[in-house]
Amino acid sequence: MTLLLTDKDREMLRGEHGAATKMAMSILVRMAEVANAEKLIDITGAHIDSTVYIGDAGLEFAERLASLGAKVSVPTTLNVSGLDEHHWQEWAVPSEWARQAHRQMIAYQSMGTIPTWTCAPYQTETRPSFGQQIAWGESNAIVFANSVLGARTERYPDLFDICCAITGRVPNIGLHITENRAGELLLNVKEIPENLQLSDDFYPVLGHFIGKTAHDQIPVIDGMCIVPGEDQLKALGAASASSGAVALFHMIGVTPEAPTLESAFQGKQPQETITVTMDMLCESRRELTHTDSENLDIVVLGSPHFSLAEFKGLAPLVAGRKKHPNVKFLVTSSRAMTQLAKQAGFLAPLEAFGAQLTVDTCILTTPMLPPEMKYLMTNSAKFAYYTPGLLGRKIAFGSLKDCVNSAIEGKIVRDETLWMD
Amino acid sequence: MDGLIIRGKPIISGSANGIALVSSEPLSFWGGYDWKSGEITDRRHPLSGSNAKGKILAIPFARGSSTTTAVLLEAIRAQTAPVAIITTATDFFFALAFIVADELYTQPLPLVAVSKSDFAHLQTGDQIEIDDQGIITVLR
Repeated sequence: MTLLLTDKDREMLRGEHGAATKMAMSILVRMAEVANAEKLIDITGAHIDSTVYIGDAGLEFAERLASLGAKVSVPTTLNVSGLDEHHWQEWAVPSEWARQAHRQMIAYQSMGTIPTWTCAPYQTETRPSFGQQIAWGESNAIVFANSVLGARTERYPDLFDICCAITGRVPNIGLHITENRAGELLLNVKEIPENLQLSDDFYPVLGHFIGKTAHDQIPVIDGMCIVPGEDQLKALGAASASSGAVALFHMIGVTPEAPTLESAFQGKQPQETITVTMDMLCESRRELTHTDSENLDIVVLGSPHFSLAEFKGLAPLVAGRKKHPNVKFLVTSSRAMTQLAKQAGFLAPLEAFGAQLTVDTCILTTPMLPPEMKYLMTNSAKFAYYTPGLLGRKIAFGSLKDCVNSAIEGKIVRDETLWMD
Repeated sequence: MDGLIIRGKPIISGSANGIALVSSEPLSFWGGYDWKSGEITDRRHPLSGSNAKGKILAIPFARGSSTTTAVLLEAIRAQTAPVAIITTATDFFFALAFIVADELYTQPLPLVAVSKSDFAHLQTGDQIEIDDQGIITVLR
């Protein structure tokens, strides 16, 4: 298949729109050819995951583009960085790392982007709407944009997202095209009791299961007896994009492209149908815990970044209580959500409880945890999934209530009632 | 010596030879690959603990995080990357790392896609040669 380029695409490729645009366009065109795209299409927004500092190569790439005068051509939000710009010194972040990570922040900020520094850009003002073509990086943001908002993005990797933002173009492939958004795998959760469906830890556990089960298929969830909220869908999506490569799911009667089974599958038959059992979910929940010990050093919440609604939900759970002196309690969020939570009065009870806040980044993307913190607990399947490999530490998974209670007890305690067969 | 020839599709053309490291489980390089050493560190992955530096890595596709590309690029720069990757479908994440490495460091590494049934013939420890047409010669 030959890639059809417009006159303007060719101008960009020849360097008539500047050297940075030329570099971005040549990467874009090579990728479009790899993907067998017929043409490029316009986007209305981008979200840049390349901001996460990994090492010198990523920094060289960012600074190369910046030094060539790169500017984004569509509204572009920035993902978490490698640093909480104003609070990193309160933690164990080495100053050399901070210096390099900050250089990378400056490079991406210089390109005319919006410095949101969050992995939950769908909580910002630039949240895309139904049907918009966008180029988003960050796996949890991708699955949220496609599934919950009905915007259209492929799984854009680091380094490519910025090329799309600069040129304002993407290859017309995959999830940008209607017929590629049809469901393929049907997962029925009708056997799962309502009281578990109402519980916040159901969603990360189900998401973890779906990620492992779906492989490259688009999953469709049917049989829900309640309508989950945005944060629950966020947790589900983030989990499924960690244990698997899910970029889009449908939930019948809940997500915008799935008012009915027929519409979710675009009139086709599912390739496969699975009835989700309690056994499957209990196994999935067990996998999220990577420790045999009840030891606890720190509770970490906020992957993806804590929303205003989550702050609102947490405040009454901690109000009038105090965490154990040997345990830290950390919430990671964006500057914007933290400010809103503060204005709404949700932060005061948290501070009185002894909680700490980190913005701009999270425990996975900045080396903030001191070596003596070995035992973690979280309500996030994404934190649970990546902690053993990225941080080399032990982690236990529990509900939000379990996390609060454990922080108070000073050891891991979990309410198993809903998870009994 | 047993031999086997697989006709793959060259996603990024190049030639390489090395020992195969094979798994039917997809892998996220972020949280799964230590670019400072080349060790596979996803403790839930069957290849956990193996070192992929200088090897030919065969996995179906990249799982999860969109940071996989950035980690692979670091590994290429630090010379701890596999010398080639074989997948079962065109993997966008791997392709991009190889294209950017070519752009920044003019270092082309081959990426080849093979059918799922051909993939099933590959075994860890195989001596593999890849040519720029995507032809994979397996010696064992």
